[in-house]
Amino acid sequence: MADKRTTVADMVAELRSGMTIGIGGWGSRRKPMAVIRAICRSDLSDLTVVSYGGPDVGLLCATGKVSRVVCGFVTLDSIALDPHWRAARQGGSVALTELDEGMFFAGLQAASWRVPFLPTRAGLGSDVLVVNPELRTVRSPYTDGPFADPADADAEFVAAPALRLDAAFVHANRCDTAGNAQFLGPDRFFDELFLGAAARRFVTAEKVVEPGALTAEGPLSAVTIHRLLTDAVAETPLGAHFTSCPPDYGRDEAFQREYAGSADPEAWEAFRARYLEVDEAGYRAAVEAR
Amino acid sequence: MSDATRAEVCAVACAELWRHDGEILVSPFGTIPALGARLARLTFNPDIVLTDGEAALMVGAPPIGTDPAELVREAAMPYRTVFDVVWSGRRHVMMMASQIDRTGNQNLSAIGDWARPKAQLVGVRGAPGNSVNHPTSYWVPNHSNRSFVEQVDVVSGVGYHRAAAAGPGATRYHDVRAVVSNLGVFDFETPDRVMRIRSLHPGVTVDEVVAATGFPLKVDGEVATTRRPTEEELGLLRRVLDPGATRDNEVKS
Repeated sequence: MADKRTTVADMVAELRSGMTIGIGGWGSRRKPMAVIRAICRSDLSDLTVVSYGGPDVGLLCATGKVSRVVCGFVTLDSIALDPHWRAARQGGSVALTELDEGMFFAGLQAASWRVPFLPTRAGLGSDVLVVNPELRTVRSPYTDGPFADPADADAEFVAAPALRLDAAFVHANRCDTAGNAQFLGPDRFFDELFLGAAARRFVTAEKVVEPGALTAEGPLSAVTIHRLLTDAVAETPLGAHFTSCPPDYGRDEAFQREYAGSADPEAWEAFRARYLEVDEAGYRAAVEAR
Repeated sequence: MSDATRAEVCAVACAELWRHDGEILVSPFGTIPALGARLARLTFNPDIVLTDGEAALMVGAPPIGTDPAELVREAAMPYRTVFDVVWSGRRHVMMMASQIDRTGNQNLSAIGDWARPKAQLVGVRGAPGNSVNHPTSYWVPNHSNRSFVEQVDVVSGVGYHRAAAAGPGATRYHDVRAVVSNLGVFDFETPDRVMRIRSLHPGVTVDEVVAATGFPLKVDGEVATTRRPTEEELGLLRRVLDPGATRDNEVKS
C-alpha cells in the first residue's frame, strides 16, 4: 500500500496559476487553513476558488491570489460577513459565479460522477440565472411512457453544471498514510465530493495514523473518505485554525475577530506580516504568543 | 401577567405560521423565529422537527442559548441531508431578508449593482432553491423603506411573478407563505399575488406601516390585529424559552 504522506509545501508546489481549486469545509468550519496560508505565501495568482465560502475566500482575495470565486455565500458564521471578501467584491477586484448552495452541491456531485450536469429546480426564477448567463435549463426527456411525470411535462429545470476542479483540499480530524480520512465532528460537509470532483486530491489532518488505526478514536462510519479519493496526505496540527475543527478544537473567536478587524490597509499589513509571512511553526508560535 | 411586548407578539405570529404544517422540518433564522418554532412545538404543533443549529435534530424545545453540550439529539442532519429534505419539500423555512419586494422576491446577496455592489451581503445562500421547493416565509425585524422595496436588487428567494415567468418547474412547489415584521404579518393572498396586510400588531396603524413600506401595500377592508399571546404562551416565552429576554435585542419594546 502506497504511503501518501507529503508536506503542505509539496502539495501547494503542484498548483499552477490559473487553476480551479476546490476547498472543503463550510463557512468558518473545518477549512484547510494551513493550505490556504501556504497558498497566500506562494507566488500563485489568477486562481478560481470553489468553496462554501469562509475565511479561506477572504484570505485568498486579500492576498491577491484569486480572479474568480464560485460560491453561494461567504460567511464567518459568528461574524456574518467577511470584510476582506466584501472589499474584494465592492472594489471589483474579483469575479463571482454566484450559485444557489444546493446547485453547488449538485455541481460537485455531477463532476464526481463524471456527468456534465444534474437537473434541479434550485435557481429557477432567481437572479442566479441572470447574473450567470452561461447557465442552461433542460426539460425532462420522459414525456411519455412509464417514467413520465405529467405534472412536470412542460417544466424547465436548471442544469447545474459539473464543477470540475484541477485540485481539491480538505482538512480531516484524522487520516491514515494510505489516504483514508475520518471526521470526528458532527458534519462531514461536502468534502468527499470536492475530492471526487478534482483531478488532484489532497487531504490534511490533525493527525496521520497507520492504516487500520482510524477505528481507535472513532467509528468506521466516520471514515467517509476512502483512499480511492486521495492522492496525498499531510499532518497539519491546528491545520484548520482559526476555523472550527470539532472535537479537536472550536473556532478561535478572538483570532477571528482579529482577522475580521484587519480589513483596513494598515491593520492588514500587520496581520499579514505576523501570521502569513511565516511558516506553520511560526504561525502556531504567533497564535500562541497573543 | 403584564401586557405582551412587541417581541412576544412577533414570536407568536411566527409560531402561527407553523400551526398546520404537521411533521415538517422548521428552519427558523433569527431569535424571534427560533422562539416561535419552539413555542409552536410546545403548544399546537408538537410534531415539527427542529435542528440544533449545527448538524442534528434535537428533542424537545430547549431555551434559546442552551449550551450545545446540554441538547438531546434524535437524529443526524448534516448539510447534505438538509438538501435532501429541501428538495423533498418537507420543510418550511423562515429566512431573513435584507430586502423584500411587492411580489415576494427576497435579497440576501448584495445591495446595488450585482456586478460591483455598493454592499456585498452574505450571498444568495439556499434561498433560490428553498423558495421553489417548499414553503418559505420571511422575518424582517426592522420594517422600513430600505427593507420593503419596490424591487429587490438581487433576486435570491423567488417571488410569485418571477416564479410564474420561470414556468411550471418553478411554480409546482413554490409557496411564499408570509412575511412577519416588527409591524405586522403580510402575505400574497391577492388575485395578482402582491403583498397585502394580513394583520398589524397591536398598536400599529395602517398609516404607520404604509409610510414604512417602499411600495403600495394592498389593504383589504378592515385590517385585522395580530392576536395577542395567551397567558400560557407568555409564561412559556418568559419563564421557559427565553428567561434572558434575548428577544428584546431583536425587537425593542
